[in-house]
Amino acid sequence: MKNRIGVYICHCGGNISDYVDVEKVRQAVEHEEGVVLSKTSMFACSDSNQNEMVNDIKEFGLDGVIVASCSPKLHLTTFRNVTERGDLNKYTYVHANIREQGSWAHSDDTDGATEKAIHLVKAAIAKSRYAEPLYTNQFEAEKTIAVIGGGIAGLKAAISLSDKKSTVILIEKNDKIGGHTAEWGDLFMSDEKGNELINRIYSDLAQRENVTILTGAEVASSKGSIGNFTLKIRKRPNNESDPMEIMEVNVGSVVVATGFDHYVPQKGEFDYMINDNIITLPEFKQLVDKSTGNRLVYKGKEINNIAYIYCVGSRQEDGENTYCSRFCCTSVIHTAIVAKKKFKNINNIHLNRGIRTYGKQELLYSESLELGDIYLQFDYNNPPQIATEGKKTVVTVKDILSAGKELTLETDLIVLVTGMVPRADQSIGTMFKLPKGRDKFFNEIHMKLRPVETVIDGITIAGACQGPKNISESVNSALSAATKSYSYISKGTLETEPIVAEINQDLCVWCGKCQEACPFDAIEKQEVNGKPIAIVNTSVCKGCGMCAPICPEDAINLIGYTSEEIMSMIDVLA
Amino acid sequence: MNFKLKKNAKILVFSTEKISDPAIDMAGLLKLHYPPTVYTITIPCSSGIKPAWILHAYEKGFDGVFIAADGTDCIFGESCTEKTGKVVSMTHELMKSKEIDTARLRMAALCSVCSEAFVKHIRSFNEYLLKTLHSDS
Repeated sequence: MKNRIGVYICHCGGNISDYVDVEKVRQAVEHEEGVVLSKTSMFACSDSNQNEMVNDIKEFGLDGVIVASCSPKLHLTTFRNVTERGDLNKYTYVHANIREQGSWAHSDDTDGATEKAIHLVKAAIAKSRYAEPLYTNQFEAEKTIAVIGGGIAGLKAAISLSDKKSTVILIEKNDKIGGHTAEWGDLFMSDEKGNELINRIYSDLAQRENVTILTGAEVASSKGSIGNFTLKIRKRPNNESDPMEIMEVNVGSVVVATGFDHYVPQKGEFDYMINDNIITLPEFKQLVDKSTGNRLVYKGKEINNIAYIYCVGSRQEDGENTYCSRFCCTSVIHTAIVAKKKFKNINNIHLNRGIRTYGKQELLYSESLELGDIYLQFDYNNPPQIATEGKKTVVTVKDILSAGKELTLETDLIVLVTGMVPRADQSIGTMFKLPKGRDKFFNEIHMKLRPVETVIDGITIAGACQGPKNISESVNSALSAATKSYSYISKGTLETEPIVAEINQDLCVWCGKCQEACPFDAIEKQEVNGKPIAIVNTSVCKGCGMCAPICPEDAINLIGYTSEEIMSMIDVLA
Repeated sequence: MNFKLKKNAKILVFSTEKISDPAIDMAGLLKLHYPPTVYTITIPCSSGIKPAWILHAYEKGFDGVFIAADGTDCIFGESCTEKTGKVVSMTHELMKSKEIDTARLRMAALCSVCSEAFVKHIRSFNEYLLKTLHSDS
């Protein structure tokens, strides 16, 4: 039993300590049996604290380590590695989740959150006393990787994986690849058009022998887990009269890059679909891209005065989409500049809620100002009002930068600057059980530290399925997701947790119930010292524990989850 | 057994590492509040819970035990649902023999994104336990 345990309690900046009195927690556990060291840390995961922990393990001769911090999904591996660096077996490490299941869950009750944190740390100490050194098992992993979604993120992820000599299966639901990027004409920061960019990437990808591109194909189901997923794919036939093609592929990991949908305003929202002179940003981009000649014409009418109403469907204070869609300020300013340069007599008036052309995109904003575009800023609770006067469309706006002065603008066209929303088709997320955030986009484990991983082992997310992104941000995330997905299976083997069932040979009288309960045929009957007993094949046992509750003699325990450990935790939690 | 009046019932939750625990984590992330007297012990699979653990929780003073089961999403296979059900049945028998209200053990299948469902179940369970164990009426 451990008797030199070190306990570290994390502030997580203020994520924990804003709601949990971490010093009180430390004081409550410092004299617990077996605890020889207790500390608080501003960021337990920081390099400096990790190094301090390694030194502490050696200096104080610790035989058990506990960190009370965020979810183990985030940092269990981090701290197990720290323990190993201190020359302790990593399975002697125990984690207490006092953030997701403590400070955040009970931010409405700081006393309750602190009391709970004390109990959780004491339970971890109780478990730690029994935590024995364990050693991992290995199994073979499939080296093929599936990329779901053939937009810019999926394509770049596929190329990156192909460069790493991985076999890649790119699965795109539509008949053509390219996603939304292929819809765009001119792109900011280059003279290349969206479809030209996609064609260039596709030409490269199509020549690669280790890449299979399936268009008109959908993943219908998934079985298995990291290292060994079996995906059933339904592919539309080239000839409509042919039956649907069904195929199964085995992959080690999956990059999900299913993209986004454009926000479509409801009928009547800023007079959309009521007034013919009102269109959305994607519609306007198509209009500008496809129009020829030196005048911009829409529905037979020459367009000169264009008003852009920003943040339609984004940053809603009383709607579902409270987030900023990030790309739309840049996109609309870029398109307005293109329109002004391409066609004669264009006047751009931007009715905005604050311009968010961050980073290099600020260059566009400066250019737009130099070209004479006008910017007026309105308040969310006082949006522009649209009225139809004869054939004219008039917008009235209160400009908060001019002390709320009301301005009336006669326009030829109003562009609703619409943002991104999550895909209406959520089938891939539902199939893999990918968590979604408050914005309903897929959620990463940690936005800074594990930005492309999901809680589902082996599944990474790339591009705008994770949240609004522009093209370069999507590509960045795709390259990151590809590298992470590759790293899962690059060795060709994966380690399994050494959590297996263990039979107490003295108690076992062989009744066969455990063998019946085991879904993996990991239990065999063997004669030991003239007595038939159950023996666990540890290379086959997956550590589910299904055999344990049905043993009439209570002869089975799951290593790491023994009755002693669980009951000692219950003792201190109660 | 005598129960004191309490603001919140004390509930032990058995969650599963890959499926229901992420949902409980996400409830915290989304600041979906539930009583701080709800404690979670994480295990690999809900079908591996021993009835003795549940009885031990009641003996030690927990008002209720909630099994956040894997359901059909279980990474160890579909038989999890049936086997977790069997664990509950076995425990119910033991609870009856000790004259413990079987409704103090609840089970619900929670997927990895069922945060709102988790909080809803827990709030409802808390209300039931307060009403049956800690009401002065």
